[in-house]
Order: sequence, then C-alpha cells, then structure tokens
Amino acid sequence: MAVEMESRADGRNRAGGLPGVRRRRKRVSANYPWWFATPALLVMVGLFVVPNALNLVYPFTDWSAFKSKVNFVGLDTIRGAFEDGTLVTAVKTTVIYAVLVAFFQNVAGLGLAALLERDTRVNRFVRLLFFAPMLVSALAVGYIFQGLLTTSGGLNSLLSSLMGHSVAIPWLGSTTWTIVVVTLIHSWKWVGLSMLIYIAGLKSVSSDVLEAASIDGAGPWGAFWRVKFPLIGPAVTFNVATALIGALSSFDVILATTKGGPGNSTNVINVYMYLIFGEGLYSQAAATSLVLFVLVVAFAVPLIIWLRRRENVL
Amino acid sequence: MTKVEFSSARSQTGRRRSRRRLVQPAAALLLGLAFLGVPLWLVVVTAAKPLGETDVPSLALPLHWQIGQNFSDAINQGHIWLGFMNSVIVVVPATVVIIVLGSMASWILARRTGRLAGLAYGLVMVGLLIPPAVVTLVLELRSIGLAESRLGLIATYTSMYLPLTVFLMTGFIRALPYELEEAARVDGAGPIRVFFRIVLPLLAPVIATASILIILFTWSDLFYASFVLGGGDKGTLPLNLLQVASANLYQNAWNLVFAYVILMSLPMVIVFLIAQRRIISGVTSGALK
Repeated sequence: MAVEMESRADGRNRAGGLPGVRRRRKRVSANYPWWFATPALLVMVGLFVVPNALNLVYPFTDWSAFKSKVNFVGLDTIRGAFEDGTLVTAVKTTVIYAVLVAFFQNVAGLGLAALLERDTRVNRFVRLLFFAPMLVSALAVGYIFQGLLTTSGGLNSLLSSLMGHSVAIPWLGSTTWTIVVVTLIHSWKWVGLSMLIYIAGLKSVSSDVLEAASIDGAGPWGAFWRVKFPLIGPAVTFNVATALIGALSSFDVILATTKGGPGNSTNVINVYMYLIFGEGLYSQAAATSLVLFVLVVAFAVPLIIWLRRRENVL
Repeated sequence: MTKVEFSSARSQTGRRRSRRRLVQPAAALLLGLAFLGVPLWLVVVTAAKPLGETDVPSLALPLHWQIGQNFSDAINQGHIWLGFMNSVIVVVPATVVIIVLGSMASWILARRTGRLAGLAYGLVMVGLLIPPAVVTLVLELRSIGLAESRLGLIATYTSMYLPLTVFLMTGFIRALPYELEEAARVDGAGPIRVFFRIVLPLLAPVIATASILIILFTWSDLFYASFVLGGGDKGTLPLNLLQVASANLYQNAWNLVFAYVILMSLPMVIVFLIAQRRIISGVTSGALK
C-alpha cells in the first residue's frame, strides 16, 4: 500500500522516468503472480526435464531387470548397442520412415487441398472423409491395414477379381518395399491434417493477388504453382516439419502391421526400444531413447530457429 | 462490340466452368470414397462374419451375418467395458488437470514480458517438440511409487500435452484485450478473481479445442500407456486391443478384432460429430499462428 502511494506521488512529480517503469513492474508481479504458473512448470520440470536429464546418465550404466544394483559402465552399453547393429539399422529405418511419411503426407495433402479448396457442399463432405482416419487409434489403423494387405487379404482379393486371375502380392512381406507400404498407412491416418492446414493456407492468399494473376493471364494451374504455392511457404514448412518429427516417434502402426519385420526392415527406434525394454534391458532401452532424443533435436532445432525468425518478422 | 466480345469470352469460360463443376465434385467424391470406403467396408463386413469366413479377410459380403454375436463376443471376451472404464478414468482427469494447470500458466506466460517468463515459455515449447524420455520417466515414476498406476499415466499425459495446451492458450490470451482485466482490478478484484471470473470464461473456445485434442490423442495412445501401466488389469482400450488382437489373430479371428475396433472408435466418432467444427479449427489453429 505504502509503496503504491509513494510511487503514485512520484509519478505525479515526473511523468515517465524510472520510477514509473518500476511501478509498472511491481504491478505486473502483483497482477500476474508466478504461483499461477508454478504447478504447470513443476510438472514440466519433474516429468519432462528430469527424465531427459536422467536419460543422459542411464545409458552409461548397466541398469537392467536382472540386477539389483545399478553400476556405471562407461560406454560399454552404448558400444554394445551399436556393435549389435540393430540400433544402427533402427536409426536408418527411422529416418527413411520419417522422410517417406513427410513426402507422402505432404504431396497427398497439398494435392487434396488444391482439389478441395473451394467451400462447396461436396468438398466439405469429402474433407470429412479424409479427416476421419484421425479419429481412429493408430493401432486400430494398423490392424485394419493388416487385414487389407496381408497376402490372403482384402486388397489382393479385390485385385484378383479385377484382373481375373489370382494376385498374391506380399504387401507386408518384402524387406525392400514393406517400409514404403507402412509409411503409406501412416500417411493415410494423418493426410487429413496436412490437407486441412494446406486448405487454411491456400485460403489465406488474398483475392487481390489472385485477381492480378488472372488479369495477367494465369490459368488455374499457373495461379496455383506460380502464385499460391510460394505464398503458402509457412504452411509447407510447418507441415513437413511436424510430419517429420511426428514420424520419428512412430510406433503403433508398425507394431500392428509388421512388428518391425520382415527381417528388421521396419524396425524403427520406438519399436526396438519397446521390445528391449520388455526384455528388461533397461540401460539399452535408455541408450535407444537417447538416440531418439538426438535425432529429434537434429530435426527440431532448425524448425525452432525458423519459427523464431518468423515470429520476429511478424 | 466490346460487350459481345466479353460475353462470348464469358460463355466460353462458363462452359469450361460448368464442365469443371461436374468433374471436380465427381473426382473428389470418388477419391474420398475409395480412400475411406475400402478400409471401412473391410472392417464392417468382416466384423459381421462368423469365424469360418475370416481365414481370408476379404471384401466379400458375409455369407452368414452375425454382427450382433461378434459385438457381444468383443464386449464379453475382449473385456471392452473394463478397457473403456480404464481409459475414461485416465483420460478425463488428465484432460481436466492439463486444462486447469495449462490455462493458469498460460495466463501468466502470455501477460508477463520478463526474461524469466520468456525462459519458462521456451521450456514449455521445447516440450512441444522433444518427446518424453520414456524409459527414465518410468524409472522416476517407480521411485516415487507411481509406476503401473493410473496416477502415473495421468501425470505422464499431463507433461506430454501441457505444451500443446500452453501453446494454443498463450496465443489466444495475447489476442484478448487487457481492458477487461484492468476494469475488474479497478473494482478491487485480486488475481484469483480476475482469472476465474474474467479470463477463464473468455478462454472457453480454446479450452474446448485443447480438450478435444487431448482427448483424441490420449484416447488412442498405446506407447506411453504400455510403458507406464505395463501389462496389468489397468489397460486402456488400445492396450486391451493389443491383447485381444494378439490372442485372436493367430487363429484369424478378424471378426472379433474388427468388432472391437468399431466399438472402440465409436466414442471418438461421437465426439467428432458433436464438435466437428471445433476440432477442425483446432487442428489448423496451431499452424496458422
């Protein structure tokens, strides 16, 4: 009370100046007390920062379900994990998986957005059809496509009746192509999201710009690629980045369709981590988790820098 | 002269437009129906078949319809009610906690401009990108006695989806005018009153958006639930589906698995039908900021 009166008197004497600033700061701290934010920040520190910090330590131990004590073993666990070769393969598989998902999801999402941009009744309905897979859990999506793509499954029986002879393509049994099939399934679930973000981006392109383009003789094709596409750059970057980062942590679809097979060809980091954690090899699982952390940081840091730059521009 | 030219040009583009008016909707509809229709058809017809017809999960109609029987088997043998209750017991409290903690923190982080607030906001945003270190998180939950408990899973989800919530809410709060809060303060309201009487009601749309996204994501989560809960009887619906599928797929009981998938997805479909607009604006709002 006294402080406030003092500063008020002060403010009358000299408008602006340092005391005025200090008074405003005091007011801010009284009006927006930190304890409002404390519970959320404690949760973030306790359950996000601390586990990630511990994750920098436990890969250097021999922590497992079979030992009562945890000992430091230096680089032994990590060296073992890399020498085994499965982890290295898992990292490569994860990166390929994420890149393929980002590619399919964005090409299809952009194509659909271009097709369904106008707000007609049909388009609104069709958008819902493409959005619907987001409502189904990824595990269920995996089982649905296992039923569709297993060699004796729905797709081969459909192709057989269309072609007039028996088709038996092992969609989920190829060490080369199954990863492509699985990323297509992943993209099937999420393409509706990319589509919606692209539609929102396309709609934000001002009609003046488009009118100018059409006066200059641009057809719909030219207007899309020459005018709209460059203007939705932020949506493209956002979509590609979120698809990449999301796909690095992919798990459910693969578990339901291939369990990492055939021959480890779809064994991404999270599936590998899940399997070795289940075997009780906790320090190896922690090392795997650390590898995922490094991978996500490598993909996310450029994204953060880009987002920051954009915030500064706006 | 010019008028004629214009009108002829218009009729030409008009003709092209009318053709486009037919081709575009037809193409869109066909594409959408193939995209969703084929998998959906497989699920529905298979869920209606008896076990003998599901050795090959084909798109053919069932010879013998027994959809009711399969649903009741999925409910009874698959313990779907248990899974449903286990999911609700985790998802609902987690959503409430995230919304309460998230809105309170967002208000402070959006209104304060100091370095500390920037740092705290930065920390939360890092959580938006970096996935949880799930292995050591389980270790930590064990050491504080929350492993294999619902409380542990609620805490895990809270740390996972607070960042998304804070991201959406701070953006929203920054767009709200100060004046309403100022007016209440002039009338002598403290921060608690200002927040709960003025700010929180204004947040209703973004609360709805964030809640729906949290429910959607936690309802389908398998990975973190399996790490935190393990294989006990507290399994949520996706964990339960994993067990049902592992137990039934070796004998090709696709009918039970797909009946389970239909029943498990119904709550989310209902949520979507009720809040369709909110969901669509919610998922795009993050990108447009």
